Amino acid sequence: MNLDIRTPIGLLFLSLGGLMAGFGAVTHFTNPDLYAKSLGLNVNLWWGLVMMAFGAAMFYYGRRGVTAPPSDQ
Amino acid sequence: MQSLAWIDYLIMVIYFAFVLGIGFALKRYMKTSTDFFLSGRSIPAWVAGLAFISANLGAQEVIGMAASGAKYGIATAHFYWLGAIPAMVFVGLFMMPFYYGSRARSVPEYLRLRFDEKTRGLNAITFAAMTVMSSGASMYAMAKLIESLHIFDPVMQSLGLPRSWIFHLSIVVSALITLGYVYLGGLTSAIYNEVLQFFLIVAGFFPLVYLGLKNVGGWSGMIESLEAKGLKGFGHAWQGMTNAENNPLGVEWFALAMGLGFVLSFGYWCTDFLVVQRAMAADSMTSARRTPLIAALPKMVFPFLVILPGLIAVSLPTPAAAPANAEAGGLGANEGHAPGIGIIPAKLTSSGEVEVDTNGKPVLDYDLAIPNMLLYYFPTGMLGLGLTALLASFMSGMAGNITAFNTVWTFDIYQAYIKPQASDKHYLWMGHFATLFGTVISIAAAYIAAQYNNIMELLQLVFAFVNAPLLATFLLGMFWKRATAHGAFYGLLSGIVAATIHHGLTLPAGAASGVKGGWAFVAHTYRNEMAQNFWTAIWAWTVCFVVTIVVSMLTRPRPDDELKGLVYSLTRHDVDRTLVWYKKPEFLGVVVVLLSVALNLIFR
Repeated sequence: MNLDIRTPIGLLFLSLGGLMAGFGAVTHFTNPDLYAKSLGLNVNLWWGLVMMAFGAAMFYYGRRGVTAPPSDQ
Repeated sequence: MQSLAWIDYLIMVIYFAFVLGIGFALKRYMKTSTDFFLSGRSIPAWVAGLAFISANLGAQEVIGMAASGAKYGIATAHFYWLGAIPAMVFVGLFMMPFYYGSRARSVPEYLRLRFDEKTRGLNAITFAAMTVMSSGASMYAMAKLIESLHIFDPVMQSLGLPRSWIFHLSIVVSALITLGYVYLGGLTSAIYNEVLQFFLIVAGFFPLVYLGLKNVGGWSGMIESLEAKGLKGFGHAWQGMTNAENNPLGVEWFALAMGLGFVLSFGYWCTDFLVVQRAMAADSMTSARRTPLIAALPKMVFPFLVILPGLIAVSLPTPAAAPANAEAGGLGANEGHAPGIGIIPAKLTSSGEVEVDTNGKPVLDYDLAIPNMLLYYFPTGMLGLGLTALLASFMSGMAGNITAFNTVWTFDIYQAYIKPQASDKHYLWMGHFATLFGTVISIAAAYIAAQYNNIMELLQLVFAFVNAPLLATFLLGMFWKRATAHGAFYGLLSGIVAATIHHGLTLPAGAASGVKGGWAFVAHTYRNEMAQNFWTAIWAWTVCFVVTIVVSMLTRPRPDDELKGLVYSLTRHDVDRTLVWYKKPEFLGVVVVLLSVALNLIFR
C-alpha cells in the first residue's frame, strides 16, 4: 500500500491542534471566562499544542517512511 | 447553558473530510478482491494492532463501559483485564498461525478447510446476519444519543427542519459516510480510519480524565467522595469476589473467570471475524501474530480512559433540583434534574416523571456518563473534539461490521453457494455491492430497533446462543487432530440448544419471564442478567465441547496429511530467526501478561 497512514494522521492532528491552539490563544484574551468549567486551564491552547507536536512527529515519520528504503521490518 | 460554536462544527467537518479523503486516496489501490477484502495482506503490525482494538471500540463500548464504571466501579475493568487480555495473547501466540497460515480469507473459510461445508455454512450465515444487525443496533444507539443530547438542535432550526428529524438525519449521514469510505477503499480504508479514530479517542478523552481527576482530588479524593455516597468497593476489582452477594457485579469468581474470562472473552477475541480480519490483513505471519499483542498494550490502559470518567461522574457533587431545560433548547439530556447521583441524572418517563424501579428508587441513566462529562468539563473547541471522538467511535464500530459482512457474504455465501466459478473482478464488484446493501440492511435494522425493541432483543439473544459454543469448536479444531466435521457440526448444534434451554430455565432476579429467560419454567434465579449470561455461556461451551468429542470418536477421522497447516500437532512451527528478541511475539506476550497481572494486583 502506497499511502502511509502516519501522513494523514499527522495532517489531521496538525490542523485540529493548530485550530484549537489558535482559538485558545485568542480566547485567552477575549473570553477567559470560557475556561471556568475546565478549572481555569486553557485546554484549547495547551492540548492544541500537544496535538500539534504529535501531528508533526507522525507527519515527519510518515513522509520519511515513504521515501526511505524499507527498514528492517 | 452552552451551545456548540462554529469551531466545534469546524472540528467535526475537518475530521469527516479526512475520513472520506482517506477513502478517495485509497481508491486507486483497490484492483483485486484481495486488495478490497484483505488489504492485499500488506498492513504493518502496529496499524493492524490499533485497528484490532478500534474495531471493537464502537461507541456502545465507550458509552457502555463508562456506564458500568458508574454503576459497578473499577470492577468493570474485568471486561478488559480478564475479558480481553488473556484471549488476545492466546489468539496471537497460538491461533494466528492457523488463521494466517492456512491462507483462509475469513473465519468461516477456516472452518470449511478444517471441517466441512455445513459447519462453515452455519457459521457464515449466522455471522453475516449478526453483523448487519449489530451495525444497525449501534446506529440506532447513536441516533438516540444525539437526539437526547440536543447538540444539533440549532442546526436543525437553521435548516428549517423539525427537531425530531435529527434521529433520521444522524442515521442517514453516518451511514453515508461509512458507506463512502468502505466502498472506496475497502478493508484498508476501514483499518486506516480505525487507527485515526484510535488516536482521536485518546486525544478527546485524556483531557477529560485529567480534568476530572484534578477536580475531585485525584484517585483518593474520588474514592472518598464515592464512599461518602455509600458506594463502597468502587476502587477495587477483586474485593468480595468469593461470593456473588458481596461485590457490585453480583457474580462470584468462578462465573467471572470461566464465563467472562474464558468462554465469552476467548469466544469473541479468538473467533469473531470482525477482529480477526484485522490480523489476517497483516503483512506477514509475524505481524499477524503480533497484531493482537500490540493491541493488548493500549487495551490494558483503556479502562482509565473509558471507565474512569464513569466513576468521576458519580463522585461529583449532585446538582440541586432545577426545572427541565432540555425543551428550552439547552444542551445536555435531563441536565439539572434531581434525583441523580453526581452528574448522572435519573431516567424520565415520556410524561416527564422520574422513572422508579420496583423498590421505588429512581432509575439512573448511566449511559449519559460520558456525554455529560464532556459537557461538564469541556469548553467550546475542546468540546467539539470530544464529541467528534464519540461520533468517530460510533462510525468505526459500524465500518468494522460492514467490512466483516461484505467479506463473509462474498466469499462464504455468494462464492460458496450462489456463484462459485466467477472471475476475481466479479467478486470485487460483489464486494462493493455487498457494502452497499449491507449498509441498507443496517439502516433497516436501526429502524426495526427503534420501532420494535423486542424483536431486536430477541434477535440478539438468538445470536448469543449461536455464538456461545463456537469457541469449543475452534479449540478442538485447532488443537485436537481427531476432531471430525460431524463432531464439530453436531457439537455446535447441541451447544446452541444447551444455551437455549439454560436460558429458558433461568431468570435474573426481578425480571419477568419471557425474553429475559425463564420461558419454560424458572428452575434457578440469578442475581442479575450478567450472571445469567456468564452461566449460559459456560453451559453452551461445555455441552459443545463434550458432544464434539463424543461424536468425533464415533466418526471417521480425516487423514493427517489433509490437516497440515490447520491443526497444531501437524503444523511445522517456523521460528523467524531474523527477528530481534524484543520483537518476537512470544516476548511481547509475556510482557503483556505480566503487565496485566500487575494491574490486577494494584487494583485488587
